[in-house]
Amino acid sequence: MQTLSVPLEAYQLVAALLFTIGLIGVLVRRSALIIFMSIELMLNAVNLSFVAFSRQHGQMDGQIFVFFVMSVAAAEVAVGLAILVAIFRNRETANVDEVHLLKG
Amino acid sequence: MTLPIQIDAPLGMIQPLLIVCGVGFLVLIADLVLPHAKKHWCAYLAMGGVVWAFAIALGQWGEEQHGYAGMVVLDNLSTLFNLLFLGSTFLVMLLSEPFLRQERVEQGEYYALILFCTSGMMLLASSLDLITLFLGIEVLSISLYILAGYRRDSEASNEAAMKYFLLGAFASAILLYGIALTYGATGTTNLNRIADTLTNAEGPLPAGLLLAGMAMILIGFAFKVALVPFHMWTPDVYEGAPTPITAFMSAGPKAAAFAAFLRTFFVAFGPIHADWNMLLSVIAALTMTVGNVAAIAQTNVKRMLAYSSIAHSGYVLIGLVAGGNAGGTGAIFYLIAYTVMNLGAFAVVILLEHRKGGGDELKDYAGVGFRYPLIGAALSLFMISLSGIPPTVGFVGKLYLFGAAVQTGHIPLAVIGVLNSAISIFYYLRLLVLMYMREPGEVLPPVRVPAAIGIALLVTAIATLGFGVFPGQCIEAARAGVRALFS
Repeated sequence: MQTLSVPLEAYQLVAALLFTIGLIGVLVRRSALIIFMSIELMLNAVNLSFVAFSRQHGQMDGQIFVFFVMSVAAAEVAVGLAILVAIFRNRETANVDEVHLLKG
Repeated sequence: MTLPIQIDAPLGMIQPLLIVCGVGFLVLIADLVLPHAKKHWCAYLAMGGVVWAFAIALGQWGEEQHGYAGMVVLDNLSTLFNLLFLGSTFLVMLLSEPFLRQERVEQGEYYALILFCTSGMMLLASSLDLITLFLGIEVLSISLYILAGYRRDSEASNEAAMKYFLLGAFASAILLYGIALTYGATGTTNLNRIADTLTNAEGPLPAGLLLAGMAMILIGFAFKVALVPFHMWTPDVYEGAPTPITAFMSAGPKAAAFAAFLRTFFVAFGPIHADWNMLLSVIAALTMTVGNVAAIAQTNVKRMLAYSSIAHSGYVLIGLVAGGNAGGTGAIFYLIAYTVMNLGAFAVVILLEHRKGGGDELKDYAGVGFRYPLIGAALSLFMISLSGIPPTVGFVGKLYLFGAAVQTGHIPLAVIGVLNSAISIFYYLRLLVLMYMREPGEVLPPVRVPAAIGIALLVTAIATLGFGVFPGQCIEAARAGVRALFS
């Protein structure tokens, strides 16, 4: 049976595209929550890239890496949201431009 | 009956790490059990764990072992860094205990987080694989995000945590993509095997992929150790975080990131040395200059020390650019020196910040030298050492770094380094001028030195002078560490 296969380069292209979208999101958006979502998008782009490379090299290393990335990302979400909640309680805003007590 | 799979997990080699982690969990449990008046026992428990781990790590000196499928290594380099991390963690705990008591925020999780952060640093220094390296960086960073925002009710602390978190997570994502691209180009995440693939590849390697990966890993590290142009978070986070945590961040985590930086670029990317050397030397020159020039304009002592910390990252980078035994030794010795003198300086900042009517502004230091002669003398010693004047450890460290740069033909970089030291003398000594030559605005109240901070001050002052006059053994240890890298 003939199956239609997607070339591995296509996965890398999609991964690079997703990563770039995330990168631009971090640099352009001003809401801390959206910046955070963009970072998650970047992490998932990396995951896709790892899996595709793993397939290309015919070994499992890259796929194992993805598990670690996912668990670390989950820990980061927990901490990040807690920090945002703490800020929101004190300030009632999640806009990074309005949080500027410290110059810089 | 034998196990079908051989498990390559020698627990002995990571014993200090396991102790630190285990005591961290114990502290969490103790925090639940202890009544509020006895919370300081958490601190004693945590310090006990650190001392225990330090003793074990000291016994591991000279041992060499690989384990966990080549992902973790025990050699003199990792042992030396473990000792540095544990020592600095212990000093930070001494600084924290009176601080937390005074601010009435004594909680066990503070010490647990510091211990978890230390375990991340130790994993980072002993990782021989990009997977463990990434895990170490994340364990370290996530604990630090929480610690930076530890004063939940303070808006400055909140803001520091948010900035640190967003930029740190962003940097981690970039580092991770760099790791993915390097994996794609070489087919392995093991540092030694990456080096093997680079030296004896059968076909041509995808050079674009490899260089992009290396550049992104470099950006990730540059964020963690605060190199220009990725240093913007440092002053804000240093100013907003609780002062003991600022001291902690500038000591252990910075050294840990440099340890991983050293291993990755000397071992894995060693064969393509020529591709990154020029770039790193430009970054080193920029980092020193921007850090020192910006520090002059600061009016807040914590911000000034933040920019000074950026500048010192630039000095350490000179060692990485020079490379080889001399450069590596210089970088490691300078990291030890910087940790010692900077923790001392922060101990004084904590003391003066917490006296009645004290603060972090430069004007709060007016007349301090005559009113508190011992504290003034200690701060003078640390400032002299930070600016690199003999007979202190800062001078010896710079001597070795600039010497290594000259030996390997990086003379312009050494000249820029020396010029920068001259600039830095201005703002370090300005603090001394303020302390000794300016009259205070009002009569300064007496300051009470808690025993713990007193001990920390004494230890750092003795080390600053001692390593400055007799640097021999410390240099030998650093040299032994670098030798492990090239064996």
